[in-house]
Amino acid sequence: MNDLRSVAERLTQRFPQDVVAVAEFRGDLSVTVRKSALLTVGRFLKEEPGLEFDYIVHVSSVDYPTEPERFEVVYEVYSIRHRRRIRFKTRLSEADGEIDSLSSVWYGANFMEREIYDMMGIRFHGHPDLRRILMPDEYDEGFPLRKDFPLQGRGWRDTFEFLEPPASPAAPSSKDSP
Amino acid sequence: MSQTGPTTLPDRQPGSARRPDLPLLRTEELMLNMGPQHPATHGVLKMILDLEGERIVKATPVMGFLHRGVEKLAEHGTYHQFIPHTDRLDYVCAMYNNFAYVRAVEKLIDLKVPPRAEYLRTIVAETQRIVGHLFWLGTQALDIGAMTVFFYTFRDREILLDWFNELCGARLTTSWYRIGGVERDVTPELIAKLSKFIDEFQAKIGECNLLLEKNRIWLARTQGIAVVSAEDALSFGLSGPTLRGSGVDYDLRKYEPYAAYGDVEWNVPVGRNGDTYDRYWVRIEEMRESCKIIRQCLERLPDGPYLADAPTVVLPSKDKVFTTLESMIIQFKLFTQGFKTPAGEIYCGTEAHKGELGFYIVSDGSGRPYRLKIRSPSFIHLGAFDHMARGYMIADIITIFGTYDIVMGECDR
Repeated sequence: MNDLRSVAERLTQRFPQDVVAVAEFRGDLSVTVRKSALLTVGRFLKEEPGLEFDYIVHVSSVDYPTEPERFEVVYEVYSIRHRRRIRFKTRLSEADGEIDSLSSVWYGANFMEREIYDMMGIRFHGHPDLRRILMPDEYDEGFPLRKDFPLQGRGWRDTFEFLEPPASPAAPSSKDSP
Repeated sequence: MSQTGPTTLPDRQPGSARRPDLPLLRTEELMLNMGPQHPATHGVLKMILDLEGERIVKATPVMGFLHRGVEKLAEHGTYHQFIPHTDRLDYVCAMYNNFAYVRAVEKLIDLKVPPRAEYLRTIVAETQRIVGHLFWLGTQALDIGAMTVFFYTFRDREILLDWFNELCGARLTTSWYRIGGVERDVTPELIAKLSKFIDEFQAKIGECNLLLEKNRIWLARTQGIAVVSAEDALSFGLSGPTLRGSGVDYDLRKYEPYAAYGDVEWNVPVGRNGDTYDRYWVRIEEMRESCKIIRQCLERLPDGPYLADAPTVVLPSKDKVFTTLESMIIQFKLFTQGFKTPAGEIYCGTEAHKGELGFYIVSDGSGRPYRLKIRSPSFIHLGAFDHMARGYMIADIITIFGTYDIVMGECDR
């Protein structure tokens, strides 16, 4: 655990202006950095001797619609040499909606960031191929994992041609006859 | 028998069949659409291939045909209710998904699991790993053209699926793991059946291997195909046998031991050349290691409860629910409101047979996850597809699909 704290200390020393918060919960260390420093912090974590976080674990995002800086983008990386992991994240507002892409630092971030864009609508500056990845290309109902997106969707699904119109409950069904 | 012992990775010249150096003919690039329905894509996956003659210039995977919005659904149900959804992620290996999920929730609420449950979990997880690798071996060999292996591996897989059926009443969608332990205990007959299977299985792996390890077609189509360097593999976030085939010793069971993996002796097989053959070798060796783990766990299986004593979290047993009022109320409350979790966020990765299956859970202190993100190895492996396919022949596409052991249910979520 001390091991991880030293990583946090190195980050705070190197980026005193940009590290906003350091939190520890159940043995996971997470560091919040300013949006403008995301790319530099990412590079530092990957390339600095003694840190060498060379393996990208996941990229996620969280939506807090009531807060001014609505979105949180979360990166988690692991160091094979030192066998430790760290999570670093940044906040951004909906009006801004764009952060630097880390796909130049870890190649795997390419797909993971595309998924974040697809699901939450956060744009990644400098991303080589920012398109929808899981939803269809022509999908235009918005971004499904935002908190204000209804669970049942916004009605596009009901327009599919192969769906029959819902039968009214009062009408007797012919299928019931033996 | 000579094939039963652990084998060593055969020495050979490292190399790649990738030929980017060949002069381009520059006549006309052909764009070929492969899928979404293709028997070798193991689900519905479309691949747009830019071809120069028979050589792949660029491969663009198009996925999402199986997207069901599982992460969104998770935000609308309690923690217990999400367990059956995890079965449908990687639907050929549901046990491991259950395991990864319940471990993440237990980390969030800081719940200790009784030792017997830890051992049972390890045994079943390793059994599932064998099932997964057998499935992979059969289908990869079938895709490449060696049909017999498929019958052998599915014969053995069937025995284990029947064993699962006896254990929890389902062959594929198992939902056997519970937050705080497992759904039910094993019976002595089940233990006897599993030990018998493990005893016979070493020879059976040899049987499958005999058809492949010296098979010239198999070697020609796997050695030097889809080579990825250790550095690139890490940067892409590859994990599991796909990463270990490139020579990176990264196995969460070993380096962040959970369940009973810390108590038993086993090795992490690590490849060298980062090609399809080494990944095949890693998986074969992993099945042998799984047998070791299962045998040791069966020998040391401790007595005691198989569910944690935490009535605010763990579901009461069914016989109590139907006979006592309190248990009925607890059951009702746990399913309608769920249990409260401390606010916070955790990531918990589990070494499933495809790679690192992780759950990132953000909790706001309520009974439902505020955000649940699934780190699925299949999805992340597909991110490296273009990198690993460029420069190879179009016939190798099938091999490259297979070498990741992709299941689209997990990839598209």
